[in-house]
Amino acid sequence: MATVDVDLPHVKDEDPHHHGPAKGFGRWLYTTNHKDIGSMYLIFSLSMFMIGGIMALIIRAELFQPGLQLVEPNFFNQMTTMHGLIMVFGAVMPAFVGLANWMIPMQIGAPDMALPRMNNWSFWILPFAFLILLSSLFMPGGAPNFGWTFYAPLSTTYAPESVTFFIFGVHIMGASSIMGAINIIATILNMRAPGMTLMKMPLFVWTWLITAFLLIAVMPVLAGVVTMMLMDIHFGTSFFNAAGGGDPVLFQHVFWFFGHPEVYIMILPAFGIISEIIPTFARKRLFGYSSMVYAVASIALLSFVVWAHHMFTVGMPLVGEVFFMFATMLIAVPTGVKVFNWVATMFRGSMTFETPMLFAIAFVVLFTIGGFSGLMLAIAPADFQYHDTYFVVAHFHYVLVPGAIFSIMAATYYWLPKWTGHQLNETMGKLHFWLSFVGVNVTFFPMHFVGLAGMPRRIPDYALQFADFNSMASVGAFIFGFSQLVFIYNVIQNVRAGEKATAQVWEGAHGLEWTIPSPAPYHTFSTPPKVG
Amino acid sequence: MSKAFSLALSLLSTPALADWQLNMNEGVTALSREIFDLHMLIFWICVVIGVAVFGVMFYSIFKFRKSKGAVAEHWHENTTVEVFWTVIPSIILIAMAVPATATLMDMYDTSEADVDIQITGYQWKWRYQYLDEDIDFFSNLSTPREEIVNESTKNPNYLLEVDNALVIPANKKVRFLVTANDVIHSWWVPHFAVKKDAIPGFINEAWVKVEEPGVYRGQCTELCGKDHGFMPVVVEVKSEADYAQWVADQKAMKLAMADEASKEFSMDELIAKGEGVYQAACAGCHQPNGQGIPGAFPAITGSAIATGAIDAHIDIIVNGKSGTAMQAFKEQLSAVDIAAVVTYQRNALGNTVGDVVQPSAIQK
Repeated sequence: MATVDVDLPHVKDEDPHHHGPAKGFGRWLYTTNHKDIGSMYLIFSLSMFMIGGIMALIIRAELFQPGLQLVEPNFFNQMTTMHGLIMVFGAVMPAFVGLANWMIPMQIGAPDMALPRMNNWSFWILPFAFLILLSSLFMPGGAPNFGWTFYAPLSTTYAPESVTFFIFGVHIMGASSIMGAINIIATILNMRAPGMTLMKMPLFVWTWLITAFLLIAVMPVLAGVVTMMLMDIHFGTSFFNAAGGGDPVLFQHVFWFFGHPEVYIMILPAFGIISEIIPTFARKRLFGYSSMVYAVASIALLSFVVWAHHMFTVGMPLVGEVFFMFATMLIAVPTGVKVFNWVATMFRGSMTFETPMLFAIAFVVLFTIGGFSGLMLAIAPADFQYHDTYFVVAHFHYVLVPGAIFSIMAATYYWLPKWTGHQLNETMGKLHFWLSFVGVNVTFFPMHFVGLAGMPRRIPDYALQFADFNSMASVGAFIFGFSQLVFIYNVIQNVRAGEKATAQVWEGAHGLEWTIPSPAPYHTFSTPPKVG
Repeated sequence: MSKAFSLALSLLSTPALADWQLNMNEGVTALSREIFDLHMLIFWICVVIGVAVFGVMFYSIFKFRKSKGAVAEHWHENTTVEVFWTVIPSIILIAMAVPATATLMDMYDTSEADVDIQITGYQWKWRYQYLDEDIDFFSNLSTPREEIVNESTKNPNYLLEVDNALVIPANKKVRFLVTANDVIHSWWVPHFAVKKDAIPGFINEAWVKVEEPGVYRGQCTELCGKDHGFMPVVVEVKSEADYAQWVADQKAMKLAMADEASKEFSMDELIAKGEGVYQAACAGCHQPNGQGIPGAFPAITGSAIATGAIDAHIDIIVNGKSGTAMQAFKEQLSAVDIAAVVTYQRNALGNTVGDVVQPSAIQK
């Protein structure tokens, strides 16, 4: 990142009209402060992570042994569906928005987000969206049970009645994401400190800028597809019903036109975080800053032309298969560039291994493993064997859990001292890391094997030859799940007490956020700093 | 190279270690082996790249530590290196895409088939119709309920066994026309490397040519509702002579069934037969005790249909109810089975209507 070698004036936040947060619950309800809103997003995300995690543990407990033990198949399907929806829309996306709220203004030297009232609104509609979604668990017929990809007609003609609530919830989440994205773009394009050109922005800011454009491009597509479902269910249209002249596969095309950019929405900010953390703890500038930016931009552009690789078995024409296979393989090139750049940053650096760095290194290794299985899945003929098996489950959990989630944990540990003013408890941080690292791999690595051996995904019971690896995965899931209690303990403990953190916090840290005191005052950069 | 490594991997999956199978099945057709080779090729490419990248990374982690006195260097760009690691992966990918495209073209060549079979996915069973012969039957999971709920020991083919397997001849090109009746399903036999989505209103094609007779097992691979995990695929590949014999047997059986439909049955006979039909065809949704699942599947016990006019009762079983999961059973059940299950539902599961319907009265 290019800001590291510019001479930054030491900015103090000593505005004479400075005022602190309001008292009581009203502070949180009415706040327009990016730090408050960031904290609320992160707390919301953590609670959704716990709820989605409990659902994952119900799934893994049922799959511990062959046979039906704990839950009925219909409830099992509700668990897989809700787990996916909550983790994607409730845990990962709000966590990144929370980090963006906290860090983007501080990294570009802005006093707050460009549209603070909209910021408040985009957060506060989110809990209602998820209350609506979660309330469907208690409705007659149960919660949505058609998978987080909600393929029609299972999600239309054959859906439980709660599908209408699910559609409403998705609309609200989409509105929240779009408002958040507009806000981030407006902030980055208009509120950078003088001298901070685009190519001097920290990579976290760059990746979020690109992510925000992806969000604006595809969230309306998601809103469109759920609205078409709503019309099919309640107003007699037949978008997805062949008997009325529609096409169930149309649903999949529209869904994945949203869905593929969506998976990059969940990983591009992670790239940004890792590109901040590795240079800090390698004490060496990020290798290939501009190629990093171009790689992220190309990944984002390519994400619009690869959607049908999720649909190789739907009976596309041969040319379609070949096009989507080639386009998908292309993504490996910019993704490879990013991994090579991170490794080159470490090469001939001067490394230390504090908790954020451990999570970042684990991210590079395990995300790359997820990338390799992604490359395998791109080979269309082989995908006929992998598609809808546990191999796919292993693949996307490798890019999402030790990928997106580890990056969020790395970011939390990295910036927590800045937020709370207390140094990390490294022993507890490392304990959390190693438990999570072991848990994640014991859970998800065996899924590659059962997938290749032929176990389909989304089944509540399985044939006997898959038993051993499934029980192993279940043990891993419980290790991973319960080790997150250490994470919660660490965060709470750090908020309450700890050794006083310096402004710099980490020896090798560079960037505007490290020029303000720890904890960051309620208002920062009321006067913009000068950058180079 | 990939052959040698795949041999090494296959040693890891010898029968003694069957439960710890690590790799994909090589399959039993020329095409499945081609796909397996592609899978191994891309796997080893990933392994080689992984070893190189992680090798440099872990070398750096051990060598360039601050605790070992490493001092960071200042370079942070190198155009040559960056071009190199953009171009090399591109070349590898193109090299990979060429054989993959060739295999795809083989997979899509469904021309000149010897046998055509239509496969239709239903919630939660498969229907097989032989287009050139007059053969048409449904294939249901045959694993007993007691094994699923852990009341008896699970047999080795647990959840991978059916009442009527699909039978195909060896050494013939068999074309599958895959579609669905309700939601999307996906028909998969790993040993054939055939996986095709079954989509209501559309027909997809796939083909297979198996060299050796045998029994091959697979499952539905597209989430299709409650019992998605309980609709296996079993394919029995028979030698040409055995296949011809099987076709003849099927035709004889069909004649025998038509005969039976004109017989008169007693109420007890119908109820006894109906219980079996109910447990196989109805209990999945309406539950073995007839209580249904509130909000999802209505109860049979005390239901207005099962205790009301018998014609309406027969009609909903024969023609189904559109827009719901209640399918039309006229193709799935014989007239005898329908008469039996209607009689059973009206006089068991807590219902006591007292009437009987004979197979001859069932208008399909």
